[in-house]
Amino acid sequence: MSEPISALGGASAEGFARVTEAGPLGMITLRGDLAAPAVASAVKAATGCALPARRAITTQGENSAAWMSPDELLLLVPYPEAAATSATLEAALKGRHALVANVSDARALFRVTGPKADQVLAKLCPVDFATLPAAEIRRTRAAQVAAALWRSNPDEISLICFRSVARYMFDLLAVSARPGSELAPG
Amino acid sequence: MSTRLATGGRLIDRTAPLAFSFDGRALRGYAGDTLAAALLANDQMLIARSFKYHRPRGILAAGVEEPNALVGLGQGPRFEPDQRTTTTELFAGAATVSQNAWPSLNLDVGALNNLAARFLPAGFYYKTFMFPRFAWKHLFEPVVRLSAGIGRAPAEPDADRYEQAYDFTDVLVAGGGIAGLTAALAAAQNGQRVLVLEQTAHWGGRAPVDGIAIDGKPADAWVAETLAALKALPNVTLRRRTMVAGVHDHGYVIAQEAVADHLPGADLPRHRLWRIRAGRVIAATGAIERPLAFAGNDIPGVMLAAAVRDYVVNWAVSPGDRTVVVTNNDDAYRTALALLDAGLVVPAILDARASVTGALPAEARARGIRVLEGRGVAKIKGGKRVTAVQVCAQAGEGAALETIACDCVAMSGGFSPVVHLFSQPGGKLAWDAANGMFTPDPARAPTGADGRPFVTCAGAASGALLPAVCLADAHAAGGGTGPAPQATAPDEAPMQPVWMMPQGAPPALRAKMWLDFQNDVKVSDVQLAAREGYVSVEHTKRYTTLGMASDQGKISNINGLAILSDALGQPIPATGTTTFRPPYAPISFGAIAGEARGEIFQPLRRTPMHGWHEENGAHWEPVGLWRRPYCYPRAGETHAQAVNREVANTRQHLGLLDASTLGKILVKGPDAGRFLDMLYTGIMSTLPVGKCRYGLMCSENGFLIDDGVVVRLTEDSWLCHTTTGGADRIHAHMEDWLQCEWWDWQVYTANLTEQFAQVAVVGPNARKLLQALGGIDVSREALPFMTFAEGTLAGIPARVFRISFSGELSYEVAVPASHGLALWHACLAAGAELGAMPYGTEALHVMRAEKGFIMIGDETDGTVIPQDLGLGWAISKKKPDYIGKRAQERTHMTNPDRWKLVGLETLDGSVLPDGVLAPAPGVNANGQRLTQGRVTSTYFSPTLGRGIAMGLVLRGPDRMGEVLDFVAGGKTIKARICDQVFYDKDGEKQNV
Repeated sequence: MSEPISALGGASAEGFARVTEAGPLGMITLRGDLAAPAVASAVKAATGCALPARRAITTQGENSAAWMSPDELLLLVPYPEAAATSATLEAALKGRHALVANVSDARALFRVTGPKADQVLAKLCPVDFATLPAAEIRRTRAAQVAAALWRSNPDEISLICFRSVARYMFDLLAVSARPGSELAPG
Repeated sequence: MSTRLATGGRLIDRTAPLAFSFDGRALRGYAGDTLAAALLANDQMLIARSFKYHRPRGILAAGVEEPNALVGLGQGPRFEPDQRTTTTELFAGAATVSQNAWPSLNLDVGALNNLAARFLPAGFYYKTFMFPRFAWKHLFEPVVRLSAGIGRAPAEPDADRYEQAYDFTDVLVAGGGIAGLTAALAAAQNGQRVLVLEQTAHWGGRAPVDGIAIDGKPADAWVAETLAALKALPNVTLRRRTMVAGVHDHGYVIAQEAVADHLPGADLPRHRLWRIRAGRVIAATGAIERPLAFAGNDIPGVMLAAAVRDYVVNWAVSPGDRTVVVTNNDDAYRTALALLDAGLVVPAILDARASVTGALPAEARARGIRVLEGRGVAKIKGGKRVTAVQVCAQAGEGAALETIACDCVAMSGGFSPVVHLFSQPGGKLAWDAANGMFTPDPARAPTGADGRPFVTCAGAASGALLPAVCLADAHAAGGGTGPAPQATAPDEAPMQPVWMMPQGAPPALRAKMWLDFQNDVKVSDVQLAAREGYVSVEHTKRYTTLGMASDQGKISNINGLAILSDALGQPIPATGTTTFRPPYAPISFGAIAGEARGEIFQPLRRTPMHGWHEENGAHWEPVGLWRRPYCYPRAGETHAQAVNREVANTRQHLGLLDASTLGKILVKGPDAGRFLDMLYTGIMSTLPVGKCRYGLMCSENGFLIDDGVVVRLTEDSWLCHTTTGGADRIHAHMEDWLQCEWWDWQVYTANLTEQFAQVAVVGPNARKLLQALGGIDVSREALPFMTFAEGTLAGIPARVFRISFSGELSYEVAVPASHGLALWHACLAAGAELGAMPYGTEALHVMRAEKGFIMIGDETDGTVIPQDLGLGWAISKKKPDYIGKRAQERTHMTNPDRWKLVGLETLDGSVLPDGVLAPAPGVNANGQRLTQGRVTSTYFSPTLGRGIAMGLVLRGPDRMGEVLDFVAGGKTIKARICDQVFYDKDGEKQNV
C-alpha cells in the first residue's frame, strides 16, 4: 500500500514560534451517549483514555480523547492504528446507538511551538490563551476557518483543521509568526 | 513666524535629526517630533486648503482633534491621504504633500470659491437638487464632483501588511494620562486583569505640560513611578500607540495599534487591529479644547491655546513670536506663562469674562502681561497668516477698540470631555451649564449583560477637569481603596460659556466665524439652517455638514449646537448632541482587512490531487471555496478545444475526474432510514445494503435544494452524496431537523467529505482500468449499475460505486484522502494504454447535459420544484410525508402553467447564450414584455457536433416540436422544443 501523505507533507516555518504540519495522525469521531458507562468503557478499552469531561482532553501514552460536543468525542491515535481502533470501538458498541468514523484523512494537524506560541494563535483565534488550561480542547476558528486547539506540551499548541484548508492554515500561522510581530507590549 | 526654540522640548531628541519634505521642500526635524511640530519648526504654518472655499488652513491643534492639518503621506505603494500631522510621528524621509490645493498651496484657484461664498450657503449641495431641475445633472453635479473630496486616493496596492489580534481583560483603561494610570493602578491593586491603551507614543497625557505636581512630585516623575509600578504587576498590560476606536455591546472593544507607522519599510505589520472583550471599560480619554467663534478664527496662526503650549513645551516649537491669548477660562493663562517661560512675547490676554480674579491670571499680571477683561476679538487680520487682532468688547457688536499686531493667536473656549467611548454603546450625557460642557451621566451609563454599567469615564473625561478632582475621580473609577494620589495646581476661577465673540456680532462677522474648519461650516450657516426650519441637530448636521469631516466634529460640535440652540431659542440640552459612532478616529482599511489579502484573502480548499492539477496546467473554476479543474488545455489549445477533446476522449476511451469535492455525509442509527425518507423525495429505507439510489432533497417550501446518490452501507448506515457546494449546507440542514424537530429520533450524522478522495473513472475502458488496478471484482455481474463494492484497489482500501453522471460506463472510486494522489497516479499509469485523460468540470457539464441530467444551480434557482424538471419518477407517491411534500401540493405548484424542463435545439445548430429568454406576446402589469421560457444550460456538444440546451418553458413538455424565438442582444435565435436527453436515450452505454 502507498504511504499516506498528509496535506502538506510535514511543511514547517520558522518565526518567533515554529509552525509545523505534523500529520498524519489517526483520528476517530465517536458519537454516542457520553453519559452511558458502556461508552466510557469502550473508549477506555480502545484507547486507554478516560472519558473527557466537557471541553477536556485526556491522554494516555500516544492516545488522546477530546470532548467535541455533548454527544461527540474525537479520539487521537497513531495513524496506522486508526482503522483497528475504529473496529475495536465498533465491536464494543455493537447493539448501541453510536457512530464511529475514521476521519484521520479529513483533517490536518499543526503544532505551534515555542514560548511565544500563544501569541501566534491569539492573532487568529478569539480565545483567551491566558486562561486556557492545559487539559482543555477549544473548538474555535482561526481567521475564516474552523479549528480545534489544545496545549499538547508546555510551549506547544496543537491545532486541527480540515484537510482542504491546510495550506490556508499554514500560511495564516506562518505570517502570524513572522519575527518582530510579537504581541509584546511596549 | 514659527520656529524651533534653542532649548527645551521634552519629547524631542536633538541628537537625532530627521530629514523630511513638504510639497517637495526639504525640511529637518528631530526624532520625537510629530509631523505638525516639525512643520511648524520649519515655519510651515499653511498646510492645506479647506474643503469648500479653499481657504488657507494651518495647524490648529496638537492632537487627534486636528481638523485642518491633514497631508498626503508617503510615496507609491506607501502613499496615504488625509494623514493627521498632529498625531503622525516624524520619521526619516517622510514625504508629505498638501491636499485640496491646485495648482499650489500658496496659489490655489479653488480659493475663488471663497469670493463666491454667498452663493455656496449651508445646504447648497441639496439646493442644487431642487432648482432648476436640469442643472443638477449638467451643471452642478460635474462641478461639485470635481471640487469635492480632500485627499487623493492611493493609486497602487498597499505595500504594507496588517494583522489583527484578540485580547481579553477584566478592565480596559482607554487613555494613559494621569487619570488613566491612576484608574489602572487602582483596578490592578484590586487584583483585576487590566489593559491600558494609550493612543500616543507617550504616557502621562498633558499633565507634564501643564506643570501639575502629584504627590509632591513633578508630573513627569510621578508618571514614571506609576508606570514602573504598573509594569511590575503581572496582571497589567500597557500598550502605547493604540487608539480605542469603538466600544460596543457586551464589552467588545476595537482598538488600532500603530505598530510601525513610525518605522515605514520595517518588516512589521503596519497596523494591528485589536478585538478585545473587556468586563469593564474605563474611559480616561481626557478633554478637548474648543475654539472660540470670532471672525477670522480659521486664519493660519490662530490655534488652540493648549496646543500652543504643547508645541512650546513638548517640541520646543514657537508657533509665533507674538501671541495674543483669547479665552473665557483660566487654563489658557498657562499658555501665556509657558510662552513667557520660553522667552516669547504675549502682548495681551483678551478675557471675555468681565472680571478676572483667578490665581493663574494673577501670576500673568505679576509677570507683566496685559490682561484685558470683558474683551474679545472683533476680527483677525491676515490672509495666509495672522498679522493682527482687532480687540472689541465681548458685550458689544464688534467695534474695534484697538489693534494688536501678532503672528499667533491662542484661543480657548473651554473644554469638552471626550465622552465618545461612553456614548457609543448608549451612555447618555448631562449638561453642565456652569462649565458649558456635556458630561457622562453615570445614572444612564451603558449597561452590560448583567444590567450594570460597563463603561465609566474617569478624570477629565467625566468632567473632572481640575487636577485635584481629576485624580480622585479616576481613583474611584478604578475601584481604588485608600487615598487617591493628590495633585496640586493653582485654583481656577469659573469659566464663562462664550458661543459667539462678540456676543452681538453682526451678519458680516458671523459669516467669517468658523465652527467646522475642515468642512467650512460657519456660525451664519447654522443660523441659516435654523431659519430654514431645521430643528433637529441630526438634520442640521447633515444639511450643513457640521461635524461630518474626518475629525467628526471633535472641536466643532458643541459650538455648533450651542449656536443652533440659540437660533432656536432653546437651552442646549434640549437640542442635544449628534450620535457618537465608532471609530473615535479613523482606522485603516488595512487593519480592518487584517491578514486577509493575497494568498490568504480567503481560504482556498484543495483536494489531495490539487497539486497535480496545478502542475498539469489545469484551468481553474471556483466552486464554493474549492478550485476545480475546468479543463486541462494542452499547448496551442483553446479552452473550448480542450473541453471538446476531453469529452470526445471520455466518450470514446477513458476519462478521469477528480470528484473529491462531492459531499459525503454518513447517516447512522435505528431511525436513519425513517430520517432519510423524510429528507429525500424518494424512499431510502428500502434500499438494499450494497445498492445506490439517486435522491432529491427539497426545502420545506418544496423547492429542490440538492441531489446526489445515496448508498446503503450497512443495515443501519447510509452514505449520502451531495453536490460540491451543498456538503456543509446539507449537513447543517440534517442537523437542524435532527436537533430542532426530531430530537427524539436516534440518528447520528458525520460529514466525511474530506475523509475521502474520489476519482470518477468514465468511458468504455473504465472497467478495464479498474481490472488493471486489481483487487476488486468490477465485472458486469459482480458490480451491476447502481451498486458498490468495498475492498482493496491497487493496494489501497477503496469503495467502488458504479454510478454514472455522463451516460458512460462509469465508476467512482473513493479512497482515504491521504492515498488520493496515489490512486490518481495509479489510474494515470494503468490508463496510459487505455487512452486515459483527465477531464475537468466543463466536460462533466457537457456530458451530463448531453444526457439531459439536471445540475443544481443551473436548472434550479430556489423557485424550481422537482416536478418542474420531469423528476416525478424520483418522488415517492407512497410515502405519507417528506420535507416539501405539502408545499408541492399547493395550487401554484400543481398549476399546469408552470415553466417546465425541456430540451432546446437551435434550428441553425448554434449554441444558445446562457440565461436568454423567449418573449411572449403582450406585457405584464408593469408594462414589461411577457416571457415564456429561459435557457438554464447550454453547451456545444462535441458528440453531436451542434449546440444543445435545456430550458424551462411554459407548459414545455406539452409543446414538443414547437419553435421558440429566444432574444439575445437584439438578435433572435430560433430553437425547437425537444426531449432533453440528446445522447443514448435508452441508456445502453452505461449498462455494458
